[in-house]
Amino acid sequence: MSRIFPLLGFALLVVLLVVGLKIADRKTNLPSPLIDKPVPAFDLPVLASPEQRVSKESLLGKPYLVNFWGSWCVTCRAEHPVVTELAKRNAVYIVGMNFRDETEDAMAWLKRWGNPYDVSLSDFDGRVSIDFGVYAAPETFLVDPSGTIVFKQLGQLTWEVVENEILPRVASMESGN
Amino acid sequence: MKLGKIFILMLTITLSASALAQRSPVQAPMVFENQQQEDRFIRLTQELRCLVCQNQNLADSDAQLAHDLRAEVHEMLMAGKSDDEIKQFMVERYGDFVLYRPPVQENTYLLWLAPLVLLLGGAIILRANVKKRSTLLETSPKDESGNQA
Amino acid sequence: MTVELGQISLLAALLTAFVLGLLPMIGTYTGNRRFIAVSTSASLLQCLLVIISFGILTAAFVFQDFSVEYVARNSNSLLPMGYRYSAVWSAHEGSLLLWELILTIWIAAVALFSKRLPEVFRARVLAVLGWISVGFLLFILLTSNPFGRLIPSAAEGLDLNPLLQDFGLIVHPPLLYMGYVGFSVAFAFAVAALLGGEVSRDWVRWSRPWTLVAWAFLTIGIALGSWWAYYELGWGGYWFWDPVENASFMPWLVGTALIHSQAVTEKRGAFGNWTLLLALSTFSLSLLGTFLVRSGVLTSVHAFASDPTRGIFILAYLGVVVGGSLTLYAARAPKMIQGGGFAGVSRETFLLVNNLVFAVLAAMVLTGTLYPLLIDALGAGKISVGPPYFGLLFTWLLIPIVLALPIGIYSRWQQDSSGRLSGMLRWPFLISLMVGTGVWIMQPAIGFVSAAGVTGGAWVIVGSLFYVGHLLKKKSSLRIPASVLAMTLAHVGMGVFLIGLSMTSTLSTEKHLRMDAGDKYEMAGYTFEFLGTSIVRGPNYTADQGEFVVTRNDREVTRLYPQKREYAQRGNTMTEAAIDPGFTRDLYVSLGEPLDQNGQAWAVRIYHKPFIRWIWLGAIFIMSGGFLAAANKRYRRKMTVKQPATAKTREVTAS
Repeated sequence: MSRIFPLLGFALLVVLLVVGLKIADRKTNLPSPLIDKPVPAFDLPVLASPEQRVSKESLLGKPYLVNFWGSWCVTCRAEHPVVTELAKRNAVYIVGMNFRDETEDAMAWLKRWGNPYDVSLSDFDGRVSIDFGVYAAPETFLVDPSGTIVFKQLGQLTWEVVENEILPRVASMESGN
Repeated sequence: MKLGKIFILMLTITLSASALAQRSPVQAPMVFENQQQEDRFIRLTQELRCLVCQNQNLADSDAQLAHDLRAEVHEMLMAGKSDDEIKQFMVERYGDFVLYRPPVQENTYLLWLAPLVLLLGGAIILRANVKKRSTLLETSPKDESGNQA
Repeated sequence: MTVELGQISLLAALLTAFVLGLLPMIGTYTGNRRFIAVSTSASLLQCLLVIISFGILTAAFVFQDFSVEYVARNSNSLLPMGYRYSAVWSAHEGSLLLWELILTIWIAAVALFSKRLPEVFRARVLAVLGWISVGFLLFILLTSNPFGRLIPSAAEGLDLNPLLQDFGLIVHPPLLYMGYVGFSVAFAFAVAALLGGEVSRDWVRWSRPWTLVAWAFLTIGIALGSWWAYYELGWGGYWFWDPVENASFMPWLVGTALIHSQAVTEKRGAFGNWTLLLALSTFSLSLLGTFLVRSGVLTSVHAFASDPTRGIFILAYLGVVVGGSLTLYAARAPKMIQGGGFAGVSRETFLLVNNLVFAVLAAMVLTGTLYPLLIDALGAGKISVGPPYFGLLFTWLLIPIVLALPIGIYSRWQQDSSGRLSGMLRWPFLISLMVGTGVWIMQPAIGFVSAAGVTGGAWVIVGSLFYVGHLLKKKSSLRIPASVLAMTLAHVGMGVFLIGLSMTSTLSTEKHLRMDAGDKYEMAGYTFEFLGTSIVRGPNYTADQGEFVVTRNDREVTRLYPQKREYAQRGNTMTEAAIDPGFTRDLYVSLGEPLDQNGQAWAVRIYHKPFIRWIWLGAIFIMSGGFLAAANKRYRRKMTVKQPATAKTREVTAS
């Protein structure tokens, strides 16, 4: 009777491993612990004109996207058309968060590929990116008018994600509140 | 940790896209007020995970993010934060994944208890088996070949 | 040169393996002795064909045939000759071919050295091994062919990963695989025993030398891996409980339980089912490890491949081999309790404790390794399980083993008294306590846990040696049976390992600091003086080489030359640590980053590691004990069968 236990245990193991194979490509995608939490405090200089600063308080009252990017980031270049399209539709206020980058390189990048951001901030030492729990690039956060993070996209932003996750949320924010 | 650094670097590149091109000053070794603080730093950075690496801790990784997180840990240590506060800081931003010592909570009860349960369960079965064997010993004549008479 | 011949050779090997799996097995059920005899020739032919295939791949590396994709990915025209040989197994496809080569070598060895086994049993063992080989050859040919061409061929190779351009790659994989793969023999013996229904003590006796040799190889293979990581990676770590490391450790743990269980089953007839199950499980864990390392299911620095499609194949293979064997076990393992009785205090009981705890250890490692996957699969979050978990539980679980070890050695079979045992062990107990306390007093920084570890190690060593003394006294002669010597050697090795582990885990000191040329730093009584760096050229790299003068009490102890290498082809930078090895301590220096323009100020790491060599020294002792035990003449006596043969044998008529 007890001789069947090893086989049963093994069967369970195989089930686990089959599931493991299915989810293998997502294994390092960490869900953000900041969802439904207040957006981290920040007070950063504007990229082009550092005398000006933007803080989280100044952005309260409207929903906005925070897009973390760098001129060193190849995938950011790949998602750029999507961000540009989003900007063209004026669907939501987009904050560009340039991090761990030299200002000249960032400005050159924007000049070359186009600047889709309503405002561009410079997180030079990456401190704010750490507070946002950013570990890859690009990463995009959707913040609601009360300053709560409601959605995070790890990696490249695709139009599918924009349509299915971002725009509906923005719409409900604007109608509901 | 045998095929280490270069693979990690290459994979770091995939995720954060060209870690080599990121700007940062070369990091000089950290300075501490006393040996105890330095020991704490070493212990903490060994218990925290490098999120862009293929299974490495903060202490051993050369990735950009690891550099920055080590700087954060250092700063918090100097500011007098406790080990728990520093770990809490990391978990708030990156989730439980960043801890190599899994916290004891709902989704890790099984992990922490399983070995103990297995050991105790095994010990109980072992005891029952040994009892059966001793009775066997008493009821059958002793036999060098060990086979039941 | 046509590498396609290598592929053809593998195909031929596959056909041979198929024949090996099929004909002898059929022969044992129909009594066809010609079919049975095929087992020997097929085994040898298969081995030859795989050797040819492996040789062709090696030649492709040695003669730098960059038209072969695998060679182009893992070699370079500047690669030194020695590393061209080891580059063959440096990546996924080649390492699988090495796996298969070693499997066929084991199969050939079984075919050659077990002629004295009953014909039917031996044929079945070889047939099972043949099926295992079929699966692997299919895997290689269908998904991981090292002979694929690159069209157009590359002008230059990508170079072997600099971390692998090292002695470690030459020795670690082959020796590890000898063990890892070698457990397939014990597996095949167990399956053959289940098939034949003759689960007597004989099959266990026959399988012991094979199991011991595989286990000894695995011991040294793991130890070499640990030592390699230590000197290669530059920060003095030697074990990280990484999934791939765990994948090799689990078979070792269960293998240790297996060799002990085999001893009981052979001598006393008890634990028959345990031994069967352990034999099946050890190789199953080897296969599981192969899956984990190559499927991409777990995150590891060490993963050979992260290919879910390959993963599916290995999982299917695993399912068939392990599932099949466990089904056989469920159906055919004896229901009746085997062997005689034994008392609560007896050698059998202590070995049962050993079995249990090693099995729980393996289960713990498996749980920790797979738990993040389980939680993720259930959608319950993402967590990490690392050294803090494994190290803690490993320490706790070692306690019953360490305590029981010397008691078990002294115990008589079947029945003993605790009074007698405590009397005999009084001195070892006291001596080990003194050692532990002494160390604690001399080095309070060691802490209670490590001091307890040292006490435990001393307890094991002294207990084992005292037993030898006790035997000598009893027999009043100087002849100790080789088997006792082997056992003592292995157990002493365990104690040595424990002491090294305990000392180094809490008494090691490390310092990361900035040093300018001329700076000195003092650690553990040694003074390290940095003399700056100079440029050094290697065959395929350029390096900044630092010079450190190490003195103690104003006498020079050694000079250390750590390097920071830049490899031309891949543009990688690598740290080569400089180590002064010692019996009681290692001094370890590595260079971090240059902190100024002329390279005369550097971030430096200095380590003092007491007794760290004892970890690998212990493993060498354990391995030696295993080999010595396998060499026991007892196994080379004529094998007799106590059960009637189950296959009808027909007379072979002259034709």
